[in-house]
Amino acid sequence: MFGRLSGDDGEASGRVEIRVDGRPVAARAGDSVAGALLAAGVRRFRRSPVTGAPRAPYCMMGICFECLVTIDGQPGRQACMIAVAPGMDVRTAEGDPDRD
Amino acid sequence: MTEKSAATPPEGNRILDAIVVGAGPAGLAAATLLARHGQDVLLLDEAAEPGGQIYRAVELTAPGSRRAAILGADYLRGADLVGHFRASSATYWPAAVLWHAAPGIEVLASRAGTTHPLRAAALVLATGAIERPVPVPGWTLPGVMTAGALQILLKSGGLVADVPLVFAGSGPLLHLVALQCRAAGARVAALLDTARPGHLVGALPALPRALAGAGPGYLARGLVQILRLGRSGIPIHRRVEALEILGEDAARAVRFRVGGATREVAAGLVALHEGVIPGQNPARLLGCAMVWDEGQVAFRPQADAWGATSVAGVWVAGDAGGIVGARAAEHQGRLAALDVLRAAGRLEAAGRDRLAAGERRALADHLRIRGLLDRLYRPADAVRRPAGDTVLCRCEAVTAGAVRALAAEGLGANQIKAALRCGMGPCQGRLCGPAVAEIVAAARGRAPEGPDHYTIRPPLKPVPLGELARLA
Repeated sequence: MFGRLSGDDGEASGRVEIRVDGRPVAARAGDSVAGALLAAGVRRFRRSPVTGAPRAPYCMMGICFECLVTIDGQPGRQACMIAVAPGMDVRTAEGDPDRD
Repeated sequence: MTEKSAATPPEGNRILDAIVVGAGPAGLAAATLLARHGQDVLLLDEAAEPGGQIYRAVELTAPGSRRAAILGADYLRGADLVGHFRASSATYWPAAVLWHAAPGIEVLASRAGTTHPLRAAALVLATGAIERPVPVPGWTLPGVMTAGALQILLKSGGLVADVPLVFAGSGPLLHLVALQCRAAGARVAALLDTARPGHLVGALPALPRALAGAGPGYLARGLVQILRLGRSGIPIHRRVEALEILGEDAARAVRFRVGGATREVAAGLVALHEGVIPGQNPARLLGCAMVWDEGQVAFRPQADAWGATSVAGVWVAGDAGGIVGARAAEHQGRLAALDVLRAAGRLEAAGRDRLAAGERRALADHLRIRGLLDRLYRPADAVRRPAGDTVLCRCEAVTAGAVRALAAEGLGANQIKAALRCGMGPCQGRLCGPAVAEIVAAARGRAPEGPDHYTIRPPLKPVPLGELARLA
């Protein structure tokens, strides 16, 4: 859904490897978790606890809470507000289908 | 600026002179001025980098780079503001979440997994705006975002849509982000403009006021943007109505009515935007009196010319106090800071007024355009009070129809919340609150009033249970 701007400033920033639903994902230093996931092609972040329908980031600024994922075992974290860190373990609804 | 570690927080018995919340233009300007006057000031911000949404990641964007060229001079000027703040003695807590605030001033802020109880003589809310929620059928599908969200991804990660992109809504930011995404290489399949041409006539009375001060500069940039959009090759549909987003597990197309015909355009990503409104939750939590601004069709805290709210010791500056734009926000930040100094006994009223004169002139210059923009891009009633089974509350999947039925029985927002659970999810009514309040007011046949909105309770953001336990 998203690619990186070619010839971009961010190319010089360091690579940060995180794990998303068990698979390695290369992010850039300074990425939010949500940005890194969108760049990696993740389309579903969570499921609506009421309807079960898939949800993904809407606002990217901490307002909508649609980007909630499990980060390092802690559920309900706002992926758009948290920066990637080396070795971070991220679980989306896809990787954890039983979770709300 | 000193970046104190979480190990040496300003807690315990120490009372800060001021806490500023938000590192956008208003907060940066307020904290810098307070620090220059020797105040013990802490700036809390949720983001990892200063700048707010408007100047997000500006320190990381090299002048002359491709990203800088796309984002433009209005963005890059934020680097000066951030630079002055960095050079000041203000304490800066990035990645810190304010989750409770009470008059007094007592604040609970979470940083790096620990909640810090903080006390201060003054609190400056510079918490900015949110994009007005755009509840249309299908807006909860993955692949539907706000225009601002796309700009945030571009600013902070150099991320650009690589699927057909459709922009829908109205306002200068919608047009700006469409142009920026196109310059960054995105395929913009359509721009669906919902602005009402009739507003042009209605806006004329606001034109003379916009022809002085900084107004002509805004008008010139706006005209250039309209011309660029016309030349961009982006297919533009005007007077769009009845927008809906189609898809099962993700957005795949938009359907809309234009000129009496219904049309569909394929889209992998849909960017919605109907202007911005003040973020209300911190001010409401503190008990600040809220007023309905009919010109901006939004709630804002009641405040005097310095940003002082109805709650002693609490000031508001920038878009959190009513939409003013980034340049005006800076001046409002300094005006609030000067009044904080007066309240602290550091300045006499006359000294405050002398220092404020230049800020007031600049603020007035930048506000001249506002009435014109508010009238030109006033969101349609159908956007603010959607019909039928459109989902209003995304968290709890509550429809406009369900809310309207209870409002018709005379229930208020808090009662509707208790009955339907709307506004009870993690977003705490940030997205459904404005629409629910407008539906309640409409059912009562009058303009919205402050208490028509949900009551906001702590925590402002969910706090992990372990963190709460350690606090106790």
